[in-house]
Amino acid sequence: MITSTTLVYLIALPLAGSAILLLAGRRSDKWGHLLATALSASSFFVGLYQLSLMLGRSNSERPITQKLFEWISVGSFKIDASLMLDQLSICFVLLITGVGTLIHIYSISYMSHDPDRRRFFAFLNLFIAAMLLLVLGDSYLNLYVGWEGVGLASYLLIGFWNQKPAYATASKKAFVMNRIGDMGLSFAIMIAFATMGTVSFSGVKEAVDHTSTAALTGIGLMLLVAATGKSAQFPLQAWLGDAMAGPTPVSALIHAATMVTAGVYLITRSNFIFDAAPTAQLLVVIIGAITLMFGALIGTAKDDIKKALAASTMSQIGYMILGAGLGPVGYAFAIMHLLTHGFFKAGMFLGAGSVMHGMNDEVNMRKYGALRKFMPITFATFGLGYLAILGVPPFAGFYSKDMIIETAFNSGGAKGIILGCVTLLGAGITAFYMTRVMILTFTGKSRWDDEAHPHESPWLMWLPMAILAIGSVTSGYLLSHGDALVNWLSPLFEHHGEHEELLSPMVVSGLALAMVAIGVAIAFVKYSRNEVASVAPTDVSIFTTIARQDLLQDRFNEAVFMQPGQALTAVLVKTDEAVIDGAVRGVGRVALGSGSALRGVQTGFVRSYAALILLGAVALVAAIWVVTQ
Amino acid sequence: MNAANYLYLSALLFTIGAVGVVVRRNAIVVFMCIELMLNAANLSFVTFSRINGDLNGQVIAFFTMVVAACEVVVGLAIIVTIYRSRRSASIDDASLLKR
Repeated sequence: MITSTTLVYLIALPLAGSAILLLAGRRSDKWGHLLATALSASSFFVGLYQLSLMLGRSNSERPITQKLFEWISVGSFKIDASLMLDQLSICFVLLITGVGTLIHIYSISYMSHDPDRRRFFAFLNLFIAAMLLLVLGDSYLNLYVGWEGVGLASYLLIGFWNQKPAYATASKKAFVMNRIGDMGLSFAIMIAFATMGTVSFSGVKEAVDHTSTAALTGIGLMLLVAATGKSAQFPLQAWLGDAMAGPTPVSALIHAATMVTAGVYLITRSNFIFDAAPTAQLLVVIIGAITLMFGALIGTAKDDIKKALAASTMSQIGYMILGAGLGPVGYAFAIMHLLTHGFFKAGMFLGAGSVMHGMNDEVNMRKYGALRKFMPITFATFGLGYLAILGVPPFAGFYSKDMIIETAFNSGGAKGIILGCVTLLGAGITAFYMTRVMILTFTGKSRWDDEAHPHESPWLMWLPMAILAIGSVTSGYLLSHGDALVNWLSPLFEHHGEHEELLSPMVVSGLALAMVAIGVAIAFVKYSRNEVASVAPTDVSIFTTIARQDLLQDRFNEAVFMQPGQALTAVLVKTDEAVIDGAVRGVGRVALGSGSALRGVQTGFVRSYAALILLGAVALVAAIWVVTQ
Repeated sequence: MNAANYLYLSALLFTIGAVGVVVRRNAIVVFMCIELMLNAANLSFVTFSRINGDLNGQVIAFFTMVVAACEVVVGLAIIVTIYRSRRSASIDDASLLKR
């Protein structure tokens, strides 16, 4: 593999920005946001430069590495801190730095009234650096460092307004639920080390052939746990909705476009493990299918625009995970959907932020309506993202999502038919809830509070939205034109024989479009024809109630994990108090009791002391006399 | 004369002294009883010295006398001070440490 000396700048630039902004403190308030944006942009340009170099090399010579330093060296066990850039990582690098830079630009204006804007940019840069480390690490251990780094950045940014207790709780919730996933990743690393003796991607890939299926399945399952935690997949999905407590640019960057897709990256990166562990791979597909329905159903009932988009993110990542679980044919499509989703979902989140910006930070869609006239640019960019997520040709989602649906159908047997139907149904529900968001926000009659004065956002905010909208229009075509992305990524994945086609691409697209049309039509009938209440109606069906409560995920977690956990803690506390504290206090009480009993001897009268001394002396002499006799 | 008789006398003097210390309240009397006990011990030392035929006991008797002299100095000073402040030489009155 070719070695490089410039890879480190990708990470070093944003990391330096974060360090400068945090260390310089208030002194950098005036220029901190500009520096952070410039460093993020320069990291993007380093990425573009690397891409141009990579394009100039032949397929087999494209991956490059850079050794930073020897990290762990114990006997024969050596791990270097080194970076690797290959065809897969470069996609992520450009997505992270590209979308990241746009969101930096957007945040300059969005956060301009926040006294802590500099700190916000420091955290954003920290996130970019950690996420780049995650995708550039050449071993699971290096990836793990980045994995924890993005978790930290996510925690800091969700709780950015931690003066509100609910927001602080949300960040804690995200952190704790992510820890479960992180534990899965560390177990996967431990199993890999125990069975293969190496944790580098290349080493593990070589060792797969002579490793037992049981070990590979174990690693695969643990990696899946990690992916479910970071990517908010079932059953660790509950944190994502609450993560919307963070500022909207954070939701766009971390909780839509990049960090939550780390699970997809992990599974795609570990393709050699999942290809060799069919059980784990099947479970990946099942998790993806469950989550895509789960997220879609939650999305139908949310009135909070950000939470509706968060549910949609969950659902779309379900598509990606499902695609990645379909094996070699699916990896490239999962990545393609990840990239197009990065564009249109980030664009829609920024659009939601723009709407909130004009509406006094109101997030309840029932208080919106008729914003099309007041925010034409936001409407246009959001609308393009909307068409992209629906999968209307020729927008981005049409190419990426239909590919996953088609691959699901063609994965063979009953599994293929079930998965195909789930993905199709998901597409229909997606169309329904996204149309609902559009109608409630932009059309119909206005339902604002009196003090709302909706206005279009400044150009610093709509420019990134416009660029992302262009991406949501064109990225699908560009990535799939002549199978560009599939061919680009193909050296990384094992190839298998062509599957028999159950349904042709035309039929799948037709079915998907039909489902989308049905979803849109239902939404129109339900929300456009009728008056929308500005207060959520309470006399709704049990299904709506459940969906509003995130399909009872929090209730479930509370009943199954939290309450038994609290009971266990209570028992342990009681035990601690009764047994351990009891023993300590008992010793003290015995000393106190015997002391107060003996205190009676101390009369204060000299004569009684003298008598006692005499008695003692007599006793001593008597004892000596008895012993020596 | 049988040396044991000196020892009996010594034991008798010591017992009188000890009983005096325990039963009498007047500090001066208690003090004199302590002197009695010390001198009873001295008598024993001298007797043992005589019995064993060396001078160790005699020397220790001197030491005891020195200690007794010191003790008298300090003790009388304390008693006088207590008497001045409390107008009483009863050792039962001087039980302030209890409280």
